[in-house]
Amino acid sequence: MMRMPTGPGETGKVMEDAEQEAARRAAEAGQEAVVEAPVDSEAIEAAAAARALIRGRRQWPLPKQADPTAPLLTVENLRTHFKLESGWVKAVDGVSFRLDDGEALGLAGESGCGKTTTALSLVRLLPSNARIRKGSSIDLFGIDLVPKTEDQLRRYRWREISIVFQGAMNALNPVRRIGEQIAEPIEVRLGLTQDVARKRAAELLELVGIPRQRAAAYPHELSGGMRQRTMIAMALACDPAIVIGDEPTTALDVMVQAQILELLERLRRDLGLSLILITHDLSVIAETCDKTLIMYAGKVAEEGPVSRIFTAPRHPYTQKLLGAFPNIHADRRSLETIPGSPPDLRNPPAGCRFNPRCPAAMDICREVEPPEVVYPDGVRVACHLHVAGRDGAVGVTSADVVGWHRQLPVIEAPGVPAVASAGVAEPPGPGSQP
Amino acid sequence: MSPSYLGRKVLQAIATLVFVVILNFMLFRLMPGSPERILLRNPHLDAQSIAAARARFGLDKPLLPLEISVDPPSLKVNPDSQFLAYLQTTASGDLGLSFEFRGESVTEVIGVRFWPTIILIGLAELIAIVVGLTLGSAAGWKRGGTLDRVGNGISLILYSMPYFVIGMPLIIIFAAGLGWFPTSGMLSPGAQYQSPIDQLLDFARHLVLPLATVSLGLIGGYSILMRSSIIETRGEDYVTTARAKGLKDRSILRDHAFPNALLPTVTVIAINLGYVVAGAITAEIVFNWPGLGTLTVDALAARDYPVLQGIFLLISVAVILANLGADLIYGRLDPRVRA
Ligand SMILES: Nc1ncnc2c1ncn2[C@@H]1O[C@H](COP(=O)(O)OP(=O)(O)OP(=O)(O)O)[C@@H](O)[C@H]1O
Ligand code: SF4
Ligand SMILES: [Mg+2]
Repeated sequence: MMRMPTGPGETGKVMEDAEQEAARRAAEAGQEAVVEAPVDSEAIEAAAAARALIRGRRQWPLPKQADPTAPLLTVENLRTHFKLESGWVKAVDGVSFRLDDGEALGLAGESGCGKTTTALSLVRLLPSNARIRKGSSIDLFGIDLVPKTEDQLRRYRWREISIVFQGAMNALNPVRRIGEQIAEPIEVRLGLTQDVARKRAAELLELVGIPRQRAAAYPHELSGGMRQRTMIAMALACDPAIVIGDEPTTALDVMVQAQILELLERLRRDLGLSLILITHDLSVIAETCDKTLIMYAGKVAEEGPVSRIFTAPRHPYTQKLLGAFPNIHADRRSLETIPGSPPDLRNPPAGCRFNPRCPAAMDICREVEPPEVVYPDGVRVACHLHVAGRDGAVGVTSADVVGWHRQLPVIEAPGVPAVASAGVAEPPGPGSQP
Repeated sequence: MSPSYLGRKVLQAIATLVFVVILNFMLFRLMPGSPERILLRNPHLDAQSIAAARARFGLDKPLLPLEISVDPPSLKVNPDSQFLAYLQTTASGDLGLSFEFRGESVTEVIGVRFWPTIILIGLAELIAIVVGLTLGSAAGWKRGGTLDRVGNGISLILYSMPYFVIGMPLIIIFAAGLGWFPTSGMLSPGAQYQSPIDQLLDFARHLVLPLATVSLGLIGGYSILMRSSIIETRGEDYVTTARAKGLKDRSILRDHAFPNALLPTVTVIAINLGYVVAGAITAEIVFNWPGLGTLTVDALAARDYPVLQGIFLLISVAVILANLGADLIYGRLDPRVRA
């Protein structure tokens, strides 16, 4: 099933066509039901082109062990559990997904379904009582991060995967100037001098729309929106491949929310970032993401292109979730409108974890865990209503999910490399530009 | 730090100081038993000698510069009052004469005892702050680790022990037993010194045990304080951010957790520093250290009011200054209070 895309040698010639190609692919991925087409050489080529383009503009070389042809991030059968005196909380229990270069993935689901835990597992920023279970794998550029020691893992933190935490005051250190806080990873992680780091921090501030003089400000002197912009500037400091936003706009007022989302959109386009956006707000995902992954009680309920899932949800939970948002563009209510409440993750119900709340629950749902199937339009569902072999659905394993080339990056191909002028793209060392 | 913050804090300190000076005046005037009786130590004095003593000590003058009478209603300014005299002499550093050490001024009596206490307690505070804060933050950072369990246990024990309980075993082992250090005093009695260096060495030998005692006692408190502060800080979001940045554990503690955890300890440390001049009474007694602590005990026993008054004033001023210092340091460490 697993098919590697074209090698790096071929990517040069496809680069110029990448823009049109990817746009065309993007259009197709949403609408057309391509039957039984996990192998589509054109699609693979387009994906490889986008990948080459984005990786080609990296400011820093790929990690030494990286396989340049491997997908950006594949998470296979991730199980992260928390140990409590009363037992293990199975907060994330068998989650698989894939994130390609330049792609934006929205993670949604009710409070406590394991969104944050999934994201924090990637670079293991978990509380001390958490364990990533055997059999989980997190491959970044083909490097499995799970067996890495804490010290080895530090290489990947912030330089490859950075995080924008929720806009709360406290994600920034209250006693240090924001300029210093942005410069810190540039200095410490990239080994640049303090002067260069400070200068770059100022440029990053400008990039996110904060005047560079504000570098001397302390967090409490900034508004909520400005603090969130600062967090974003900080997240971009080492030119990472992936930026995770864990509810980056929660606690901001609607106007500011929109500005921050616009900023993320622009940065993603200009810098070729890949995004994982965690939010309670489905309209945010609809506006900013290519793909969405709906979680329920530590498992994937449904995953696929935003255009498909938001127009034709297949999983009863997704349907309920969307039902709570009669109009995703106007209504920004919270999600807690589905009757019943999520299960106790120490002791989840047998079979489908959603069965106690599901209006369509059948006998089998209480006994057998629903296997994942993929439809030709790229939507993956785990529900007994969706059976392999019907309507073109194909049964998939976690290995298929991460290797499945039908899940193409639905990116807008990045435009001119605005990175250099934006100030994040300066090469290091004595040869760097002024 | 804004000038307004600075100005406000300095004004506060001055206001407190004025209040304390007035309180100091009133308190010792309002105490039962007329001073001259105590002074002359003779309950059967004749009126003449009492009057003479009152005149000598200025007690015949009215207390306050204002005299208010109701019948007939009048307000009389009296330039020659005890209060004004007190303010004048206090401001010029004259705290009166000691009862016990006849002829010596209170300033002299206190002055002799001032430096031994400052050196002993001041050094001990310095050692305890450095060791206690380091120990406490290292223990709290790795909560539940070996250092935490052992270190916190020791800290609690030290914190709960009075100085003489810490000091006695030290004397028994290192002074009486091994004979490495003298048991008490500040300098060997009757010693002839070849050079100032000899004298300094003798002083240092006498200093070791009391210094160790007071330091150990203080380390416990500081370490416990810092530990709980760092534990609280550990769970803050900015520490997770620092971890996400891929910083080394040591840098996260040093650059992010510690500077924040330090804030709540600053006030406590500053107030402690203010009390440095009060001496550590039990420690000074155990080691017969000629400091302000032993002086306080002696003065109490002798009811030497002028000396007690002087010590009270000195401690008050020191505490007020230490608090001012705390506010200023706090203003430097925490940008949020600079407004
Ligand atoms: N340290 C911990 N120990 C035990 N259980 C935990 C711990 N941290 C999280 N959990 C549990 O794990 C589950 C998943 O938590 P997580 O924070 O990932 O949810 P989430 O989807 O991000 O929720 P929210 O939308 O509220 O942020 C929850 O049920 C939570 O109670
Ligand atoms: S598997 Fe059954 S219970 Fe679960 S969502 Fe599907 S129909 Fe509902
Ligand atoms: Mg969360």
